[in-house]
Amino acid sequence: MLGKDLLGLYDTSAEDITLILDTAVGMKKLLTQNLKKLPHLQGRTVTTLFYENSTRTRCSFELAAKYLGAGTVNISASSSSVQKGETLIDTGYTLDAMKNDVIVIRHPMGGAPHLLARNVKASVVNGGDGMNEHPTQALLDFYTMREKFGSFAGLKVAILGDIKHSRVAKSNLFGLTKLGAEVVMFSPATLMPQGIERMGAKIAKSREEALSGANVVMGLRIQLERMHGGLFPSLAEYAQYYGVSEEHLRYADKDCIVMHPGPVNRGVEFTTDVIDAENSKITEQVLNGVAVRMALLFLLVKNRQGGEKNE
Amino acid sequence: MSKLLIRGGTCVLPEGCQTADILIDGKKIVKIAKNVEDKDAKVLDAKGLHVFPGLIDMHVHLREPGFEYKEDIASGSAAAVRGGFTQVCCMPNTQPVCDNAAVVGYIVARGKEADLCKIRPIGAITKGEQGEQLAEMGKMKAAGAVAVSDDGKPVSNARIMRLAMEYASDFGLICLSHCEDKELVDGGVVNEGYNSTLAGMKGIPRAAEEIMLAREIILAETLQKRVHICHVSTKGGVQLLREAKARGVQVTAETCPHYFTLTDDVVMSYDANTKVNPPIRETEDVAAIREGLRDGTLDCIVTDHAPHHKDEKNVEYNLAAFGISGIETSFSLSYTYLVKTGILTVGELAKRMSENPAKILGLEGGCLKEGGVADVMIADLGEEYVIDSREFVSKGKNTPFNGMKVFGKVKYTVVDGKIKFTAERE
Repeated sequence: MLGKDLLGLYDTSAEDITLILDTAVGMKKLLTQNLKKLPHLQGRTVTTLFYENSTRTRCSFELAAKYLGAGTVNISASSSSVQKGETLIDTGYTLDAMKNDVIVIRHPMGGAPHLLARNVKASVVNGGDGMNEHPTQALLDFYTMREKFGSFAGLKVAILGDIKHSRVAKSNLFGLTKLGAEVVMFSPATLMPQGIERMGAKIAKSREEALSGANVVMGLRIQLERMHGGLFPSLAEYAQYYGVSEEHLRYADKDCIVMHPGPVNRGVEFTTDVIDAENSKITEQVLNGVAVRMALLFLLVKNRQGGEKNE
Repeated sequence: MSKLLIRGGTCVLPEGCQTADILIDGKKIVKIAKNVEDKDAKVLDAKGLHVFPGLIDMHVHLREPGFEYKEDIASGSAAAVRGGFTQVCCMPNTQPVCDNAAVVGYIVARGKEADLCKIRPIGAITKGEQGEQLAEMGKMKAAGAVAVSDDGKPVSNARIMRLAMEYASDFGLICLSHCEDKELVDGGVVNEGYNSTLAGMKGIPRAAEEIMLAREIILAETLQKRVHICHVSTKGGVQLLREAKARGVQVTAETCPHYFTLTDDVVMSYDANTKVNPPIRETEDVAAIREGLRDGTLDCIVTDHAPHHKDEKNVEYNLAAFGISGIETSFSLSYTYLVKTGILTVGELAKRMSENPAKILGLEGGCLKEGGVADVMIADLGEEYVIDSREFVSKGKNTPFNGMKVFGKVKYTVVDGKIKFTAERE
């Protein structure tokens, strides 16, 4: 069962994923009914500890906590004692001493949430760590897919973009393979990580092969710094050979949905037509993100209550 | 002069293992035979134990001068004799860098003050290990340097390395090359492959090591000079070395226990004690390293003993220092993983851990023989124990082997005829 922390989907069971998604259904209902003040986390504190810039993930967690009645604190690396040279573990001790219940951490280095989790009593949620995982993004993606298709069995999910540096791609892969979906990936060879096939992904040889019959077409953000690092020559060339236009989308299933973790580079990963198409779920994903994070925070804190009684 | 009689042990001699007594007079072994008697000698009962030539580690970091909070020559020497080593060669990446006779002399003096094992400094190839200008190899040799290396950093410029191999040979010094193409490493922290992707950490490709290794082989071959390759970790590296040796290139090479005992599955723990450069590789590399040790492609086992402070390891994996504190576990790991498994005989293990390093660097010791220096290590090969870093006398407790069960416990270390380590006293 869901433990103290959520560090990644690699070690989260299909049952736990389903539990979070099921719990999120009710949360979304409340959100859409505009009943945005619930008592579930009253008297609890959720801290976001972000060592990387983020708008949507941080805002999503903060709102999720607030809607459930929790107190929230936001710490960003630029304004905190991190700049004074405090170690991650010391920051964790400090937050623990202030009786935080949940720490949501985003960090540019893989494994940082694991290090924090080993050293604090608070529940730790991975809000994205380097090239490793971004489990809550994948959970909201799953929620979005399930809402549309009902189940994951036989679903073909095509993920296109910078797979190598994408924690979103990996969390999706780990979760989707457990849930019974098929994951096909496509990217320039310079942006494809080693060994991803052994983790259950199918690597497509062409854009058409990746998209062929896909139920979900997911784009990943291309970062300019990768171009500067020489991994591909230009955004224009990327768009031409690896981007997805409405024309390419014809290879996909007629009933397919388009997804993207954002922020989107219009005209690079997807053309504007694709982003704004009727089957695009990009905005819906954001709403689902709040619901899924509410569900996760609720379940983790509920676990903590149980744990404390047992002690 | 004091005498020591090591009685009844199984002696690991060049001609094979045999039960014999070893009589030491002063700093020399004077007799190796059955039933030696000497009324004046202090007797050390070695019945049931194996008597090895004192182990020689030609690749350690003792951190002094400059990083005494990680290790100093006294603590490193104590760790060395606890590990069965009678001579250790310390790399020059200190602060200041050991790139001149004064620092070499300081290290030699500090080693004598510690008076445990023999400390043999390695001078830098280039001034400040900057890879630009050759260091004063002649003066360093006169002060006691036994080799030159920019270990910790590669000599990136092939022209400088070529000049180094040529110039070092004038003084009978060998270049020990740390092979690493920094552009290919590009900030990587673990082996590039399945596990780096799984852990979401930047990978170091094997090519980063092999490309420079190939360069050194080609330089040594065309210049007709010697070169020694540090800490070989890849299958491709072993192949390059095997082919070069078959062609007659004067290349020798070393590897470390962590490259023939662990696979990079260990990085999934995000425990920075597994972070080392070159990184721990995959199953096929481990198999190739073992085979390279078996067939002699890899001449020696070194530790690359790299002690670090706890604070330098108890951080994010990316931020942690590279290196393993290995000198106190090397013999047991080597015995357990190479001899117990039938890859090497006890005699071959002694060659890899003592005789070959002595030959490569022209050091005394390396084998047990009458008239030879009385550097001896005595171990109980049947004793099984659990590695516990809290028992390390090195200041560096950074090991990925904590809790591992191993065989082969070092019982005594004798340096120049004097007992410098006794396990029972612990």
